[in-house]
Amino acid sequence: MKNYVKALLLGLVVITAGFAYANPDDPQAENTDGGTVAEEKAPFNAAGHAVHHAMDAHEFHFTDGFVIPLPVILWTDNGLVTFMSSEFDHVDHGHTIVERNGMKFVKSHETIYQLEAGAAHSVFENGKIANGSKVWLDFSLTKNVTTIFLIAILLVFIFFKSAKKYKTNKDKAPSGISAWMEPVILFVREIAQDNIEGDKHKKFVPFLLTVFFFILFGNLLGLLPFLANPNVTGSISITLLLALFTFIVQLASSKKAFWMHVIAPPGVPWPLYVIIVPVEIAGIFIKPASLMIRLFANITAGHIIVVSLISIIFVNESLAWAGLSVPFTLFISILEILVAFLQAYIFTMLSALYFGMAVEEAHH
Amino acid sequence: MSVFGIAAIGAGLAAIGAGIGIGRIGGSALEAMARQPELAGKIQTVMLIAAALVEGAALFAIVVAMLQAAPLEVVG
Repeated sequence: MKNYVKALLLGLVVITAGFAYANPDDPQAENTDGGTVAEEKAPFNAAGHAVHHAMDAHEFHFTDGFVIPLPVILWTDNGLVTFMSSEFDHVDHGHTIVERNGMKFVKSHETIYQLEAGAAHSVFENGKIANGSKVWLDFSLTKNVTTIFLIAILLVFIFFKSAKKYKTNKDKAPSGISAWMEPVILFVREIAQDNIEGDKHKKFVPFLLTVFFFILFGNLLGLLPFLANPNVTGSISITLLLALFTFIVQLASSKKAFWMHVIAPPGVPWPLYVIIVPVEIAGIFIKPASLMIRLFANITAGHIIVVSLISIIFVNESLAWAGLSVPFTLFISILEILVAFLQAYIFTMLSALYFGMAVEEAHH
Repeated sequence: MSVFGIAAIGAGLAAIGAGIGIGRIGGSALEAMARQPELAGKIQTVMLIAAALVEGAALFAIVVAMLQAAPLEVVG
């Protein structure tokens, strides 16, 4: 590429990255009192901002001027209710009311509540809505859901293209996108081979590949401020689902030897069964749960650290602090790239390990 | 002490645990690599796996601290 094009792109990257983290007039104070919105400028709430950035959102909030609203889809007692989240006026303090079908909805802390019938405005108590209930059947297209679709489209596009390249490149070395993907696919297959004995690894490789690339792409997309930092793998619901898949696949492919190891561990004198068997049974559930928490906590902690470091500029209300904050944030972001790969590898490796334990032959 | 204060102390203790654990793993890995330089690749792989597992345990504690400090927002 020509040098000036490179310089222009670099300038664009730096400027939009700076804008994406900046959010000066967000009245996200944790101490709202009695329903009144604070009119004077509250001190910058760094912790609230950090947690807010790690949460799901009903819009793509790039900067204060450039927001892409996402549809809100609710299943209520009166049927399906849909509207764009821009009707909430892009505020999160829960005072803007949207009316549909005679029902009133407010959005507070990115959760949608339905106000009781006859309520004129939302009433807060200890920071929570007192005269409304949370809408549980919330099928909205939120930021996380849109990003999952984006990851799915990316994966389908990349891998279908690679597969086609293999067809046209018969008996030749892979080229193009398949040359990029082949080492990684072989790497994941090696994880399966190391942990699952014999030929049985083959039927688990597709699942492990899917999990690895989903987590990897989810982690890496979360590092992009241009997409408003979608925190996909840092959402405990999504990691719960991934761990649940591992759990189900492990139990569905478990053999008798696996259960004998749980109920009657070999080489243990029988009086100790009272201690060991409950621990083993608890272990069946705790191991996938640890997968879930490890991924969630690593990624969310990374996001919170990055936002907190940028908040150094805003807490001190002077741009000069950027000289300290931006290099720190750069370093932590590089570490986060390492963490993205490492967490994908660890999740996949531990899943392969659990599958290996499940299909292990009894060797007496 | 306020609720948030105790949560922060708990998170700090978890960070100490993670630091000690991962520091020891790194130290043993370096010693082993010094003894047998040809196994450096394998040792590095195992070191990273063990470090991620120890960090997972420390992050359990951090998640509990987060849950205490800001319960609604964590489950996003």
